[in-house]
Amino acid sequence: MQKTKPIDYIERTRAQYAALNYPAYRWVENLSAPPWTPLKKPLNQCKVALICSGGIYKKGQIAFHYEDDTSFRIIRSDTPKSDLRITHFAYDMTAARKDPNVVFPNEGLQALADEGAIGEFAQNAYTFMGGIYSSRKVSSQLAPELANRVIKDEVDVVVLVPV
Amino acid sequence: MGLIARQLEELGIATVTLSSARSITQAVNPPRAIYLDYPLGQTAGRENDSVEQKSVMQQALIALQEMTEPGTITDLDLRWSLDDSWKDGVMRPKTTANPESADDRLGRNPSPQYQTQEDELIADANCPSCVFFSAAT
Repeated sequence: MQKTKPIDYIERTRAQYAALNYPAYRWVENLSAPPWTPLKKPLNQCKVALICSGGIYKKGQIAFHYEDDTSFRIIRSDTPKSDLRITHFAYDMTAARKDPNVVFPNEGLQALADEGAIGEFAQNAYTFMGGIYSSRKVSSQLAPELANRVIKDEVDVVVLVPV
Repeated sequence: MGLIARQLEELGIATVTLSSARSITQAVNPPRAIYLDYPLGQTAGRENDSVEQKSVMQQALIALQEMTEPGTITDLDLRWSLDDSWKDGVMRPKTTANPESADDRLGRNPSPQYQTQEDELIADANCPSCVFFSAAT
């Protein structure tokens, strides 16, 4: 069968909110060209960190709540998946709860580090729960704090995994 | 996530953002992105398929290395299933014609939503690896 076009989630959200009589969701739209940092050294010398928004927390940590939670968790990147938990209001978590790697791919990155394809997999990974309504809070609180953390961790490359 | 990617790149850190929602990624316009045409919730490859998951990471990093144009989205050559009928019901309003609307959103709630009851019992109230922002600003 032929491959179909990607789902237009902006259009579907618009239609669904209208059907539910919700006010229209306002998507962030950045028309300006994105900032750009060239890769400064080969990947096999880079320290790579993971930031994921699928609502991952570690057993023992406080879970996310479902009312515009802007907090984040620091999770050691070598945490076994049996200690990883998932909570999120906006997606089907069935697969993620069975195998957290689908939203927190620490095993894949560790395998690449073990093979020498990347220099190092950073010890700290950062997670939060996406679907934050306030893009202002993301821009003014969450993003700057995450940036501070990965700079302090001396990270060269960040892989970002939304849901 | 695109907003975070943009700030990181502004501060000198190279990024690659994964995506399973191409239109949203296009709108937020992160510096570098790769797109996987899968149902939401398996952005980094399908469950229990460590070979695919590792390959998605590898392709993300190769894309990061090879991209030269800010705002590029590379489409990964992976397909969820042989037919794309899974796309039909996703986030469709419930109608008589479509009673099986796939809307997975859960109600808003201000208390932590634990995966298991045990998690709630053992959670550290002073959790040093949990970072909260003050309500102000």
